[in-house]
Amino acid sequence: MVTINGTPQNAAGQTLADYLATTDYDPTRIAVERNGDIVPKAQYGETTLADGDVVEVVSFVGGG
Amino acid sequence: MERLPTKAQWQAALEARHGKALQEKFSQATVAVCGLGGLGSNIAIALARAGVGQLILIDFDKVDLTNLHRQQYKANQLGQPKTHALAENLREISPYLSLRLHTTRVTEKNFTALLKNADIICEAFDQPQAKAMLVNGVLTAFPHKYLVAASGMAGLGSANAIRTRRVAKGFYLCGDEVSDTAKGLGLLAPRVALCANHQAHMVLRLLAGELEP
Repeated sequence: MVTINGTPQNAAGQTLADYLATTDYDPTRIAVERNGDIVPKAQYGETTLADGDVVEVVSFVGGG
Repeated sequence: MERLPTKAQWQAALEARHGKALQEKFSQATVAVCGLGGLGSNIAIALARAGVGQLILIDFDKVDLTNLHRQQYKANQLGQPKTHALAENLREISPYLSLRLHTTRVTEKNFTALLKNADIICEAFDQPQAKAMLVNGVLTAFPHKYLVAASGMAGLGSANAIRTRRVAKGFYLCGDEVSDTAKGLGLLAPRVALCANHQAHMVLRLLAGELEP
């Protein structure tokens, strides 16, 4: 299982890009951490999620 | 008007308030503020008052009438670049503060040059795409710097929903993370300033060596 934003999900084996494609996240508004480190945008397609990974997707909203 | 205190008197007053050791950490710090709107203008004022030594202030925009309800500018500054207007206001508050002004839009191409000398970077943009660009860029290019960002401070939601969270090692996020101007929520001075001051306070905590929000 991969823990994504606190919820265990069956995403092990998927790339981060594949996982994000199944969600409603707008890719231009997000930053993704995996096990405490930022995943550079260019690496979403080659980052394969593994059992035990902890992923956090931060999706920014407008206002400042 | 009383004569302006000397730099030494100013420093002594700050040391009397914060203690010498802590004030030295603040005085030696360089903090970048990216975006000088409701968040950035309030962050800069809080850090200037606390005696942070140097601020790098970055914004491409000019002061507009629609800014004055929440941003720290004045009616007589309409039309001025925000960098210059804020610098003027900060110098009235803290005359010995060192400032670096960049009247430019932060992009993926220029952010490393703009931010390389900063110890801590505050993301204080308005647009979510710009926020995401800066956060991704800074955390990738500067893995050892601290980044304090904001998301979600629009509307009349509870003040108590604004919080600071440590998302990853060097990455802190302030706000309620959901209140979006795109949902038609306006930005109100106290709630935006509250979020800005969460950011400024986290900066001071980091300078003091406190890593938890």
